[in-house]
Amino acid sequence: MGKVLYWEDVTEGQEIPPLVKHPTTQQLVKYAGASGDFYQIHYDKDFALNNGLPGVIIHGALKNAWLGQLITDWIGEYGTLKKLSCQYRGMDVPGDTITAKGRVTRKYVQDGKHYVECEIWIENGKGERTTPGSATVILPSRTNPL
Amino acid sequence: MTTQVQSALEALRKAVGTQSEPVTYEVEGGHIRRFAEAIGDPNPLYNDEALARRSRYGGLIAPPTFLRAFPPKSLPIPDPPFTRRLDGGSDWEYFEPVRPGDRITVVQRLADVRLREGRLGPMLFTTREITYTNQFGQVVATQRATGISY
Repeated sequence: MGKVLYWEDVTEGQEIPPLVKHPTTQQLVKYAGASGDFYQIHYDKDFALNNGLPGVIIHGALKNAWLGQLITDWIGEYGTLKKLSCQYRGMDVPGDTITAKGRVTRKYVQDGKHYVECEIWIENGKGERTTPGSATVILPSRTNPL
Repeated sequence: MTTQVQSALEALRKAVGTQSEPVTYEVEGGHIRRFAEAIGDPNPLYNDEALARRSRYGGLIAPPTFLRAFPPKSLPIPDPPFTRRLDGGSDWEYFEPVRPGDRITVVQRLADVRLREGRLGPMLFTTREITYTNQFGQVVATQRATGISY
């Protein structure tokens, strides 16, 4: 809430302000409780190792939530999230610094609505993109007063 | 590919289009707050009723991925040939806000089944289309969720 992001103020290629997260194993347990996803690879290290994983890993859906927050923080109250996609290509682990990032790829008007498309992704502490995705939003326009 | 994997794959391919029984959940304000806190999102639209009331939404809403807390009923389909599983990704589309007090009915449909060689050996990708409908009959969101078993 607060500042309004207008469609006219967005340019193709523009970067979305990044969102930095410092996930802990405690956060994974909280997320398991809040989401109901109790798959043991997210909190039981032995179980994770037996599944061929490097240790407990972050829920993909939690990274999805951060990509959602990246967009909703950026568009503010008057922007509307229409589409949000991501693919979990690489695993992320608690203790790492995880950054959600994005860039505007396209803006257009359709049926009187002002759309912006973005590529978004999760980056690990080494700067590797583990989770690419995309988002589509509708923004208010200065031509249609709020 | 072993014959066991092959026959499991064929059985699953035949099941494409199968739908789950619907299940209905009630959205609780406290659950939205706990979910937002768990993902670390302090947006007042999820936790500050007074501010949310003055917003364009006129009240509290749920974060975009909150519906993950409302899993569909299992699909009546054969088990995948592998026991280990990973989440492959999600494609969400949003139509209406989700609010405390909403009753959300969740149905999933098996949309696609594919086998691929991955780093961890043969991997089975299944895509499910999940539809979330509120008590007014409005589809609030859809999620295409890809699961991997290996």
